[in-house]
Amino acid sequence: MMGVARFWREIPQRYNLIGTKCSVCGTIYFPPRAICPNCRRKSAGKMEDYKLKGTGTVESFTIIRVPPPEFEGKSPYAIALIKMDEGCHLTGQIVDCNLEDIHIGMKVEACFRRIQEDGKRGAFYYGYKFRKAKE
Amino acid sequence: MASIVGYGAYVPRYRIKVEEIAKIWGKEAASISSGLYVFEKSVPGMDEDTATISVEAARRAVKSAGIDPKGIEAIYVGSESHPYAVKPTATIVAEAIEATPVLTAADYEFACKAGTAGLQNCIALVNSNMIQYGMAIGTDVSQAAPGDALEYTAAAGGAAFIVGKEGIATINDTVSFTTDTPDFWRREGSPYPGHGGRFTGEPAYFKHITNAAKMLMERCGTKPSDYDYAVFHQPNGKFPSRVAKMLGFEKEQIKDSLLCPWIGNTYSGSSMVGLAAVMDVAQPDQRIIVVSYGSGAGSDAFDITVTDKIEGIQRQGIREMLEDKEYVDYGTYMKLRGEFT
Repeated sequence: MMGVARFWREIPQRYNLIGTKCSVCGTIYFPPRAICPNCRRKSAGKMEDYKLKGTGTVESFTIIRVPPPEFEGKSPYAIALIKMDEGCHLTGQIVDCNLEDIHIGMKVEACFRRIQEDGKRGAFYYGYKFRKAKE
Repeated sequence: MASIVGYGAYVPRYRIKVEEIAKIWGKEAASISSGLYVFEKSVPGMDEDTATISVEAARRAVKSAGIDPKGIEAIYVGSESHPYAVKPTATIVAEAIEATPVLTAADYEFACKAGTAGLQNCIALVNSNMIQYGMAIGTDVSQAAPGDALEYTAAAGGAAFIVGKEGIATINDTVSFTTDTPDFWRREGSPYPGHGGRFTGEPAYFKHITNAAKMLMERCGTKPSDYDYAVFHQPNGKFPSRVAKMLGFEKEQIKDSLLCPWIGNTYSGSSMVGLAAVMDVAQPDQRIIVVSYGSGAGSDAFDITVTDKIEGIQRQGIREMLEDKEYVDYGTYMKLRGEFT
């Protein structure tokens, strides 16, 4: 259960991969950070919104066969650690791909999917997942 | 005058063949395929719905138009499978393409022609200078009761069109033909639609499409041979071929838009995905007639002329996208449809 307020706050990052860029050292963060851990107080007020391109590479992955309750009925599915082309890392589900074909080093691109729902009567939560990138 | 400035389409990559469905119900696949002229249909992934398909199509449309999405001042999403009964799909799309917050947005429902109804609204708003750009989307993840005749065709897909001025294809005119004809319906809370069987043909699909097409051609002073492409709603592969013949169009004129035999009926997406496939191949000065059909019932007809600007945009490659597919068996199909959760 995520709760609509939390989901709503995170819409820019979940829909459009809006992270932040430290305008002091240039490091890009996702999810967004208010302060750069490298530049600390020097970065205060100098973090800018930064939209990731949505392309990256699988660095590691796992196949979920015993899912948490909110994903019951959807297994097996793959969760991957992805290094985005901008250098930051994030985790996401890999879809539209045979599980046997997923491999470390695979190029992926973000797509827009339903992530979860609050039971049969609650809200739907949408956001990014990843699919194999076109050659 | 209003014109299409960008377009995009998206069809999920899963497919199920007619014979796989027929096998379950003890039916003869060959006669169903030849009767409907449908061989396979698209199936949405378990995390795909009208909102996600609309967003994928909308993002492609924005990219093809090469415009700042903040210039889109109206978004209409037509569907009979909106994820919510109350809560717009259009706001999800607007947020996902970063067109918010200064725009109007709404969801439409008119069986399979809700998308073209939105297109008419965008045309009117652009022609009246109320907006710079409007986006009309037709998308469905259509439902069919297991074992129903609709199960062989009820598919998923959608297309988005951005309407503005001086684009890749001028929309010369549009006209609609509408009556109260209860040929197909789904009641509130019901998971599957009901339909009038053969009643969905002559008094419904054929009557509305032929009347709308004739009215449009009369207004535009055109005849079937003046068009390079004809796009009709595709509930199956047979109906558009037959209505084309009734109106005096040749097979050659509908071949580029006819996708139903390989993706099924994408309902609100049907005629719009067909038009998107035509935009992939159309050349300057070519003329297109589009006639949608929505049960209940009505048809929207459009007369479109392709402009020189079509050569300056990157085509979407919709037929190539359709080639990237994966077949599923009936059990997987039911799982993807969420029948077990």
